[in-house]
Amino acid sequence: MSDLQSQDYIRRSATTLTPPSTRDHEQQVAKLIDVTRCIGCKACQSACMEWNNLRQEVGHFEGSYDNPMDLSPSVWTLMRFNEWEDEQGNLEWLIRKDGCMHCEDPGCLKACPAPGAIVQYANGIVDFISDACIGCGYCVKGCPFDIPRISKTDHKSYKCTLCSDRVGIGLEPACVKACPTGAIMFGSKSDMTDWAGERIKDLKSRGFENAGLYDPPGVSGTHVMYVLHHADKPTIYSGLPDKPHISDFVGFWKGIIKPVALAGLAFTALAGFFHWISVGPNDVQPEDEAEAQRLLHSADGPP
Amino acid sequence: MTYPPGTIIRYSTASRINHWITGGCFVLLVLSGLSMFHPMLFFLSELFGGGQWTRAVHPWIGVVLLISYTGLIIQFWRDEMWTRDDLEWSKAITHVLVNEEEGVPEVARFNAGQKFVFWAMALLVPVLFFTGLVIWEVYFSSYTTIETQRIAVLIHSMAAIGAIIVWIIHVYSGIWIRGAMRAMMHGYATPGWAYRHHRKWFRRLVETGSRGPEPNPERPR
Repeated sequence: MSDLQSQDYIRRSATTLTPPSTRDHEQQVAKLIDVTRCIGCKACQSACMEWNNLRQEVGHFEGSYDNPMDLSPSVWTLMRFNEWEDEQGNLEWLIRKDGCMHCEDPGCLKACPAPGAIVQYANGIVDFISDACIGCGYCVKGCPFDIPRISKTDHKSYKCTLCSDRVGIGLEPACVKACPTGAIMFGSKSDMTDWAGERIKDLKSRGFENAGLYDPPGVSGTHVMYVLHHADKPTIYSGLPDKPHISDFVGFWKGIIKPVALAGLAFTALAGFFHWISVGPNDVQPEDEAEAQRLLHSADGPP
Repeated sequence: MTYPPGTIIRYSTASRINHWITGGCFVLLVLSGLSMFHPMLFFLSELFGGGQWTRAVHPWIGVVLLISYTGLIIQFWRDEMWTRDDLEWSKAITHVLVNEEEGVPEVARFNAGQKFVFWAMALLVPVLFFTGLVIWEVYFSSYTTIETQRIAVLIHSMAAIGAIIVWIIHVYSGIWIRGAMRAMMHGYATPGWAYRHHRKWFRRLVETGSRGPEPNPERPR
């Protein structure tokens, strides 16, 4: 989304200067997904397709409620179903709406080599500016949640925009609008955190002692948060990472290596230059030619 | 191919073509690779028609380079084998660096510095190729885990920086040692050049009555 003028960036990929950021008097937003109230109806998926004009090719039944089976360039949100048995043998049907978490510290943006292909607005939304995307797949490596998908057709990376186009004009994201049970809420991050607190209190009073909010500090919090009945075990929700953080390999590659590498190259080139002006070229001397001729003639032997 | 009379043949025409295909690919890979490595060098992607083209063409140039460098390995590996003399020569590197080659152990076809460049690239080029395959998004992204790709891209960038440093040394040596560039461009060197820089090689050529680059198998005299 967004060829529109934006002057409220907090982050812009592959940019060494401060991006236009004067219009920053904006509230941090968040989407709160209350997994405990989700009935798995997929209205959010439909609304996402509808609003964003996305149509995934019809696939095949794979023996699971998951449909389609994975995120894709045209599937930006997806209900993931998991049948989980607790220690007492009770079955729980855990349904999680998967999609971009809109990290406060986005790994995709950190990894992206194309200036301005990934931006983060003052309200916290992380958006892909497809026009600038080069299709390298670095965002995939940067993301701790396995979210971005590269299109085989146009070689651009796609993911949930948190309906930045709707939010920008004061509307809630399409999935929030469509949810029939109120399992998906949208508002300021502080309001959503407060509301989640009430939900968690209620869940605890009803026996879910490990209920909690998923707002992982490893990525400085997210702008999509979950209320989980088992916040001590996020992975049971179809592989939600326990402690997500930007991989150390990515941190190293995008951190210290860049300046050290350029310094190393510059140093090597400068060393050559100063050798050139201090020692200078190594020329063949007349004596070398004379000695060489002597050798050649002695090899010829007596005429 | 004719060479000026009285000169020594340093590199065959095939070797030179092979070398410059490799060199051309290397320069293109450095420019396109650096544009995707550091934001301040992203402007280099314009040389390739923009970011999408840079991303698309970079791996293909890498494939050509791998094939080309394999050709160099096949042609040169015998003359690049490490010998005891190379150790002695390396110990005398401070003399070589200030253009005082008299008294330094005599050098065969390649000196220890050239051998270092050759074998460093022989190691780095395959490392770059295979890590490059892992991160070749269009064709190979589905064959490895994302964690593997993270490691591959890190190794790829570090190996690339190493290769560029080796390449700067290589290019500067070609500028510094007068006559080296002509040898690689046009294939020949003067007897004095061969005597000065590669005396052992020159002696072998004289002994076997060869004009170069390889000594004659049996002595014709």
